Amino acid sequence: MRKKPRVGEKVVVGIIWTAAVLVLAVLAAIIVYILVKGLPQLSWEFLTQIPRNMGRAGGISSTIVGTLLVTAVAIVIAVPFGVGTAFYLAEYTKEGIITRIIRFSAESLAGIPSIVYGLFGFIFFVITLKMGYSVLSGGLTLAIMILPTIIRTAEEAIRTVPNSYRETSYSLGATKWQTIIKTVFPSSLPGIVNGIILSVGRCVAETAAVMLTAGSILRMPKSLGDSSRTMAVHFFILASEDISMEKAYGTAALLILLIFLINVVANILVNRFAAKRR
Amino acid sequence: MKKFKEKLSGLAFLVLALSSISVLLLITVFIVVQGASSIGREGLLNFVFGMKWAPSQDIYGIFPMIVGTLSVTLGAAIVGVPIGLCTSIFLAEFAPPFLRNIFRPAIQLLAAIPSVVYGFVGILFVVPFIRNFLGGPGLSILAASIVLGVMILPTVISICEVSLLSLPRQYKEGALALGLTRWQSILHVQLPAAKSGIVAAIILGIGRAVGETMAVIMVVGNATAMPESILDSVRTLTTNIGIEMGYAFGEHQEALFATGIILFVMIMIINGLAQSVVRRKSK
Amino acid sequence: MKHIRKIAIIKILLLAFGMFAACNGAGNSAIIIAGSTSVQPYAEILAEEFERLYPDAGAAINIQGGGSAAGLMAAENGSAELGMSSRALKAEEAARLGYVVEIAKDGLAIIVHPDNPVFDLSLEEIRKIYTREITNWSELGGRDAQIHIIAREEGSGTRSAFEELVIGKGYEISPKAIVQASNGAVRMLVENDPNAIGFISLGLVNDQVKALRLDGVAATRENVINGTYCLYRHFLFAAIEEPTGVAKQFIDFILSSRGQELLIHEGLIPE
Repeated sequence: MRKKPRVGEKVVVGIIWTAAVLVLAVLAAIIVYILVKGLPQLSWEFLTQIPRNMGRAGGISSTIVGTLLVTAVAIVIAVPFGVGTAFYLAEYTKEGIITRIIRFSAESLAGIPSIVYGLFGFIFFVITLKMGYSVLSGGLTLAIMILPTIIRTAEEAIRTVPNSYRETSYSLGATKWQTIIKTVFPSSLPGIVNGIILSVGRCVAETAAVMLTAGSILRMPKSLGDSSRTMAVHFFILASEDISMEKAYGTAALLILLIFLINVVANILVNRFAAKRR
Repeated sequence: MKKFKEKLSGLAFLVLALSSISVLLLITVFIVVQGASSIGREGLLNFVFGMKWAPSQDIYGIFPMIVGTLSVTLGAAIVGVPIGLCTSIFLAEFAPPFLRNIFRPAIQLLAAIPSVVYGFVGILFVVPFIRNFLGGPGLSILAASIVLGVMILPTVISICEVSLLSLPRQYKEGALALGLTRWQSILHVQLPAAKSGIVAAIILGIGRAVGETMAVIMVVGNATAMPESILDSVRTLTTNIGIEMGYAFGEHQEALFATGIILFVMIMIINGLAQSVVRRKSK
Repeated sequence: MKHIRKIAIIKILLLAFGMFAACNGAGNSAIIIAGSTSVQPYAEILAEEFERLYPDAGAAINIQGGGSAAGLMAAENGSAELGMSSRALKAEEAARLGYVVEIAKDGLAIIVHPDNPVFDLSLEEIRKIYTREITNWSELGGRDAQIHIIAREEGSGTRSAFEELVIGKGYEISPKAIVQASNGAVRMLVENDPNAIGFISLGLVNDQVKALRLDGVAATRENVINGTYCLYRHFLFAAIEEPTGVAKQFIDFILSSRGQELLIHEGLIPE
């Protein structure tokens, strides 16, 4: 009676171990493969030269700049709106119909596929507002895309600030605005920044929405009105159109390194945040 | 003065919040306005259940693509969910601390890797494998299912793990005290208790699979015909937009926006499901 | 503290203002040439060389893809200075676009895997393959294997040219065909699949794929020039009216011996 479940249990535990090891192996294989193929491609020239001959020769400097610009525009636009919304939700209003609508909207926005953002950005920014394929169109589209993430992470961070902080502040005669700016905001900052960093990662990795709004020009963008190709789009075009596998691996490796870096920074912040709260 | 400032700051936050949500409205309105005329022209039923997509002849039917999206998503769930669930149980219950410390950041990293990289790996390994050992052109429902299945793993694993870990310790302790084995405790006590979190994880994973575009374009083949087997090439709603958007204008473009509406509706249904599950959990 | 915050806010406002100023100023510094993704790579090479030779031409040349149909549309409504097309203009397009210049000819190669024993087909046979009247390579003297047909997406000039030259009126490419969004993607698939067949720009054929003979005529540049290989189309630039300024200079450069030399070097056929 007692023996049967034990044999079964061993099998099940074996399956669970196998699944976990399989997952780790597949994931490690993907990363290691790209890095092994791509890292040798990275060189000073690769990082600093403009792509030539459609990307077959030269480096990827303009796509790096394009990625940074598009991401910067998205962050600069989305952060004030996102963090402001989060403060409104967490500090200024009781649970009610408005908060429910806002939260429903944010959650719905979070689930919309990036291609739909791309469609919207294309028809709204590129066509209707006549911004054309440009860094600005791409950045604005991405700003909308990352808005829900920023709202959600910021709201969470604000809510984890202990109420005693606020009460202390009020008892010292501070107004609500002063309490928020001087007490709540600094304490929730690491959490907010973490959400921003995660959003940076999403912007860097996004392909479909950027391709439809920022275009795919390989030239170095001179202003925010210029079209530009981001690294992720460049990688997609190099790999799917069979232009240059070497450059594709190099671009992918650089992307993965960049994302790795972003994650490490985010982790450090989260740990510091957690340590502070303890 | 002080009071005025207080009011102003409250108002400012409200304005920020309202402008954030008005974006959702704006997106919905624009997509619907752009696509509605196409659906109006074709008729909703003809559009949704039409079997043929031939923009050059002004024929727009997306039923094969709806089937494509559903089959690829189902495949991704079949590939990703059991493995993801097992891995999350492993992380929550069995993993030695050092493995857990490797796993967690690795899974975070994987969630952040551009989807095009997954698609590329699919082209390099999954597609040739299917072509050589199972037949067909390789670009297929199966290939897309595998690639998407791997892509949704991080989502499924991390959310399932969180909901397993957030269970009160007494559940497990009580089960073990009653003489259940570790696995019996997991199967009969912990998993049922964490059910809504797990369901939410699966739905979110499915949402990601439905919405993915670039990785799918690379491995699914994009044929517009109705698939007959999982080794057939198929087109999904997202790839239909992704592959033709740059080329389209006029009625063709409107039909792609109409495709977007259908996709939008599907995602809203999925989101609604996920939110109601999460809400039930919090009650 | 307060002071610093104010300065920060002013800085952000200035930055935002600068952004809009910058994008308004961008209007005149570049001309846009949009259209066929088949012409795009060649146009990019030409633009690179043009800008190297004439660094002070006054405007940069931006090449955008989008496909022949969209490019011609862009030229019509003025969102691009020139439209690129890899197929002949349709009547209604020709009515609106008063200026058309052929920059080169490009053969259309039907490609298969190098290991495929089939090396020669008739136009009729290719049509039957793409309409799936023929579905197995053994019907054409090849191995007993399903034919995997690969086509381009709707809106592609290469697809239109193929439909016009090979498929003909009254037939259509089977919806079972795998669809890829670029010449390169089609070539990559054929490179890796022994049972695939696809069509790409002749200039892009490499030694990883085999271009089929057509009724015994090899798919080569020479045979396009002497008129024996009948699958070719013109690469066109079109605009509403005769362009001026940098656009004109660029077209003159393309038609000059240096420009044509570049195109020949890349595998195209001079006009």
